[in-house]
Amino acid sequence: MTYIGTPRSRVDGRAKVTGAARYAGEFTAPDLAHGYIVSSAVAKGRVLSVETEAARALPGVLEVFTHENRPGTAWLSGNYQDEVAPPGAPFRPLYDSQIQFSGQPVALVVAEDFDTARDAASLIRVTYEAYPHQTDLHVQRAKAYVPSKKRDGIDPPPPPRGDADAALAAAPVSVRQEYSIAPEHHNPMEPHASTVIWEGEGKITVHDKIQGAQNSHNYITNVFGLAKENVRVLSPYVGGAFGSGLRPHHQLALAVMASLALKRSVRVSLTRDQMFALGYRPMTINTMALGADADGGLRAVQHEAVASTSTYEDYQEAVVNWSGLAYRCDNVKLGYKLAQLDAVTPLDMRAPGAPLGMFALESAMDELSYKLKMDPLELRLRNYAEIDGNTGHPFTSKELRAAYRQGAERFGWSRRNPEPRSMKEGRELIGWGMATGIWEAQMQQTSARATLMPDGTLEVATATADIGTGTYTILAQIAADAMGLAMEQVMVRIGDSSLPTSPVEGGSWTAASAGSAVQAVCYKLRDELLNHARSMPDSPLANASLQHVTFTEGRIALRSDPARFVTYSDAMRAGGHRMLSLEQTTSPDPNVQKTYSSYTHAAVFVEVRVDEELGVMRVTRVVDAVAAGKILNPKTARSQIIGGVVWGIGMALEEETFTDHALGRFMNHNLAEYHVPVNADIHEIDVIFVEEEDDKTSPLGVKGLGEIGIVGTAAAIANAVFHATGKRIRDLPITIDKVIG
Amino acid sequence: MERFSYHRPSGLDEAVRAVGPHGKFIAGGTNLVDLMKYDVERPNRLVDVARIPGLDRIEPLPDGGLRIGALVSNSALAYDERVQRDYPLLSRAILSGASPQLRNAATTGGNLLQRTRCYYFYDAGTPCNKREPGTGCPARTGRNRIHAILGTSEHCIATHPSDMCVALAALEAVVRVSGPGGERAIPMAEFHRLPGDRPEIDTTLAPDEIVTAVDLPAPRFPRHFTYLKLRDRLSYAFALVSVAVGLEMEGETVRDARIALGGVAHKPWRVPAAEALLRGRTAGKEAFGEAAAALLQGARGFGDNDFKIELARRAINRALAQAAAGKPQSVADKRIA
Repeated sequence: MTYIGTPRSRVDGRAKVTGAARYAGEFTAPDLAHGYIVSSAVAKGRVLSVETEAARALPGVLEVFTHENRPGTAWLSGNYQDEVAPPGAPFRPLYDSQIQFSGQPVALVVAEDFDTARDAASLIRVTYEAYPHQTDLHVQRAKAYVPSKKRDGIDPPPPPRGDADAALAAAPVSVRQEYSIAPEHHNPMEPHASTVIWEGEGKITVHDKIQGAQNSHNYITNVFGLAKENVRVLSPYVGGAFGSGLRPHHQLALAVMASLALKRSVRVSLTRDQMFALGYRPMTINTMALGADADGGLRAVQHEAVASTSTYEDYQEAVVNWSGLAYRCDNVKLGYKLAQLDAVTPLDMRAPGAPLGMFALESAMDELSYKLKMDPLELRLRNYAEIDGNTGHPFTSKELRAAYRQGAERFGWSRRNPEPRSMKEGRELIGWGMATGIWEAQMQQTSARATLMPDGTLEVATATADIGTGTYTILAQIAADAMGLAMEQVMVRIGDSSLPTSPVEGGSWTAASAGSAVQAVCYKLRDELLNHARSMPDSPLANASLQHVTFTEGRIALRSDPARFVTYSDAMRAGGHRMLSLEQTTSPDPNVQKTYSSYTHAAVFVEVRVDEELGVMRVTRVVDAVAAGKILNPKTARSQIIGGVVWGIGMALEEETFTDHALGRFMNHNLAEYHVPVNADIHEIDVIFVEEEDDKTSPLGVKGLGEIGIVGTAAAIANAVFHATGKRIRDLPITIDKVIG
Repeated sequence: MERFSYHRPSGLDEAVRAVGPHGKFIAGGTNLVDLMKYDVERPNRLVDVARIPGLDRIEPLPDGGLRIGALVSNSALAYDERVQRDYPLLSRAILSGASPQLRNAATTGGNLLQRTRCYYFYDAGTPCNKREPGTGCPARTGRNRIHAILGTSEHCIATHPSDMCVALAALEAVVRVSGPGGERAIPMAEFHRLPGDRPEIDTTLAPDEIVTAVDLPAPRFPRHFTYLKLRDRLSYAFALVSVAVGLEMEGETVRDARIALGGVAHKPWRVPAAEALLRGRTAGKEAFGEAAAALLQGARGFGDNDFKIELARRAINRALAQAAAGKPQSVADKRIA
């Protein structure tokens, strides 16, 4: 192994910074037409009429699609399900006159160029019959319910254990509070877009912004009744997605619909404001109660969350489950309910559920620590969970203790004066806070192909995506190490529905899943090469088995005598191959899944400085110590964690989508009024990767890094704000008005 | 976005003649083009004044002031040596807004005429009296975190978003305009207007008039000044509240004061009586508190923005303290001085 574990720059970095990497909305064709979406101004109701005459009269307008003239295709709601769809009846664009959410597409204008399409769209007059709507979770929570059907891949809360009510009542020290988090939008840099290239004879090639090309592929063939071989979906580069690209969206359906109807290539790109109609991190209200002995031992944990969903799908994520496994406690009662809003269905956003539930748990733990007069870190160590309390299973690995220790040491936690308002510099109060982060470590069944080319280079391929995480790079490292080649000799192909089957890139599982598949298929290739090499006449490896040889620099050589070797090319030729291509599927170990729990962990330490009088906050220092198994590439891994921490800062202090409940509409739907952190908001972020051996989660020892950076960060900041000011803010984001209020 | 014709006149007279009743002048376009894409502005004609010669200079005036051409970019203005030396309040106000890229494109005239950031104004799918007179103002009862607390009307509670204009108001600049009737000068205090029952009209500039320059009077506050801007992140956000202060000090005594608020009204907010209150007073909490109270007299919130009243009060106090101490707020260091 020479590449795994070493810092490597992104293999696709040059393509990205030079513009050579092309994104879904950048592909073109000579016959390309442009679609522009007209969006609903009401949240609930029905369309009475769509006046399209003026738009159609504009030179260059090809067609205006509405629910009245849409082409007849497969329109059963079940056909709109996708790989990650929650239970329910997915939104069907232009299906009928019903309006289910503000911003819903009500027409698609297709024109020869984008500007004509946008111009024509502004001439369309839509009249509605508006029905009463409800978009306020605080009102709808009264009608919250436990979803009747579980979402695939999301565990409902475990049944209660012990007697949490009695234990809480008996606990000498307790905390009971409500913690809520505002709706947030993903806002990836790249807008969502789909370019459908009409190949003729009913065949289309689709460039889609998607975290799994095969998910879009299945969606298109199901919705439009197309043969699998007539559709190919490509998404080689994704300009950020954070979950917003897990599900195929309406711009894809509309672009394909227009392309098939017009028999020409069509692109539909969304504007930034239209992207606010794709889905969001659900607004979530947590009710959290903790009970403890006087010495800090947790006696009871009660956590119930109410989260927003739409009227047509029961979107679910794991919000409360973390509270059952983060600490050792015998009496736990967890609950998760949904409340329907007349709004678009929520959408997985980085670490879906975890930072919401962990904000509540880790804020409550901090509150408990002050009641106990105990150091917050000490309280967490006092209740350290050696097993997963939800399942009773041991962890595949858990070096959280080391993360606490190393993070605290780097941060200087031992120098903390526990008294709130005790640290000040100039006009600023200084606060130090910490929190724990948890995310599941998963491996998913994935197939990969490895092809040894005649010139000795290697191509590895699987249908996964790289959403900016570094997938291309780590797959090249893994393949190069497995085959004893230089990274430059490895070409990675991903983001193509025609490649071997892969799940969507999400859940932090891609490194473990695609990585293991690539490694496995490379090992299979080595076996095959060795077989061919042994069968050569007078082979120097005639009696050699795998453990007797090395695979380096394109040669299979005897360990005992490296001068005796067969080149890969000669081995291939001996087997009668010009090139050698194999495929392999890897799956998680079912025994491990049945008997172990696997999670990544983090200990986040934060310093904030607060000008209390004016409510101005600065996060001046973050140390995030992460235990996530083997780190394949410390450079891209560090970037992953920094990105998560930055988002955690945004979540804590800035991000919030405002709904006007009278209009039933998100109002700050642009990047000027929806704030994400800018450079001035970000200071020192120190990332520590704690040594952690994990031989169970995946063959690579990898546990995944995509989400863990955001989990716990907002809680640590809220805790630091309390330490600085003595003010506990339980409602994210922590904005100026809340600090001075 | 609707279709429009595009004209590039060679001089001011031609520009003024070309614009027509539904036309718009465009220079940097950093705000207008956005608004056109959002279907908020729908000009049938764009008259591009960016290349009109002679309007991109900063020149000294006989009275010791400066004349800033309407096409001087925000960057050129903020980094001009004379401005940095004699009008640092203006320089810092400009640098606290937007981004370097935007400031490079945005012009002095355009900055004066930028339009509100009200969510409803920007969303053509909602009613808005400023965008479509007579349709109503959902902001009053809806989301109004960024909205006005002073000078509002039942028709509009939008704010003027500029930082530069707040400094110009405190500096008592004069806007020079040119139109079919010739040239005239409009004091900053009269340039922007309150919404009243015509919220669609932001300024007292006639539709066929064009801003040619901004005149700064002789410098008065090169030492005792500040521009304090409070916002929802530490850079690249519009002000929730901003305070421009210029003081003339004699020891600990305030000889004269100019204070303008941003983010709180439909125009940079000045209350001459508040400034008069400070004259001859010892710089300190008592005098500052009275001035703040006078500035905020009649302030009212609409729900989300209730906090702005208290925030503005505190910001005024802090800004006066900064200016009196000669410790203006840094643009680069986000710590509030």
